[in-house]
Amino acid sequence: MPALIGIALTSIFVQNFVLVKFYGICPFLGVSKKLDTALGMGMAVTFVMTLASIMTWLCQKFILVPLNIEYMQTIAFIVIIAALVQFVEMFLQKSIPSLYSALGIYLPLITTNCAVLGVALLNVRTASVIDPTAGSYTLIESIVNGFSAGIGFMLAIVLFAGVRERLESSDIPNSLQGMPIALISASLLAIAFLGFAGMSF
Amino acid sequence: MIKTIKNGIIKENPTFIQLLGMCPTLAVTTSLANGIGMGLSVTFVLTLSNMLVSMLRKMIPQKIRIAAYVVIIATFVTVVDLILKAYIPALSQSLGLFIPLIVVNCIILARAEAFASKNGVMKSAADGIGMGLGFTIALSIISAIREILGNGTILGMSVGITSPATIMLLPPGGFLTLGLLLGIINVIKNRKGER
Repeated sequence: MPALIGIALTSIFVQNFVLVKFYGICPFLGVSKKLDTALGMGMAVTFVMTLASIMTWLCQKFILVPLNIEYMQTIAFIVIIAALVQFVEMFLQKSIPSLYSALGIYLPLITTNCAVLGVALLNVRTASVIDPTAGSYTLIESIVNGFSAGIGFMLAIVLFAGVRERLESSDIPNSLQGMPIALISASLLAIAFLGFAGMSF
Repeated sequence: MIKTIKNGIIKENPTFIQLLGMCPTLAVTTSLANGIGMGLSVTFVLTLSNMLVSMLRKMIPQKIRIAAYVVIIATFVTVVDLILKAYIPALSQSLGLFIPLIVVNCIILARAEAFASKNGVMKSAADGIGMGLGFTIALSIISAIREILGNGTILGMSVGITSPATIMLLPPGGFLTLGLLLGIINVIKNRKGER
């Protein structure tokens, strides 16, 4: 259990997916103009990342490794993620329409969010803490890592959206308006997250 | 042909003008060698995937085109990944996960969708080279600035800065460099507009 909490805290704060590791910068900059859309995107990403961690782990363990075709990893994982996103979209549309209408427009965007593929690849490349013989993360570690990486993404994008909403009403030099000032504020946010850097769990 | 290439490098520069493919732009630009390596890898994948998409554009059904593009791109990315691992292991090591992550680089998918699926093979290849070089140049500029200020070196050679600011190599430095560069580009654009 302590090992799992360690993985979670590392993914959320110390190695924050967006502000420290630079995964998922496109949605981070693209869908962070409003607080509630940022929250929706964060929730959708967390959901897909957790599911993707499970599916890609199973694929790695039961298909790629036994057949000795680990070099197909990138292709296999991106196809799994694309299919997964499609399925999640169809499932939500049919059974939980309220959640679908909240997340709907963000779902297709998630396929090309590199945080999702990133966490899937990290899971099968990081040495396991619980089971040293396993070589890479066990299933439970992958799930925890996927979920907390998603939470880390949500934390970063929501914080950033809060900052950007304030920027809207502030007096910014002409040439810095829009993206430049957003990047500079992201830089300040990243400095804040550097504060976690010395910690290890 | 030349015009298409030039278009990708200057007028529609994927990084500075279109703001696509931000993840590798910020993540790997800690040294000029990394920036150039990443840029050329993307150029390779972009050119070949543009050509293949353009060749197959009449065969791929409209509804599953995105999935088809992704598989094509993933194939070329795997090729690059294996080549780098075999011949330039040091670069492969320092770019790490961002090599397989070229698959989800929006520049490549965007060019497949917006250009290669509508144009001939040669034109698409030119577009791929242009966009790729535009990306490479942008990455080189960012990574040169970060390496000089953050480490006091350029391509590993000292430039005589005695106390480099390590923060430029850390994540905040990436955001800051790109933000200020975009600001400078806006100043230039506004000046041109006034004239």
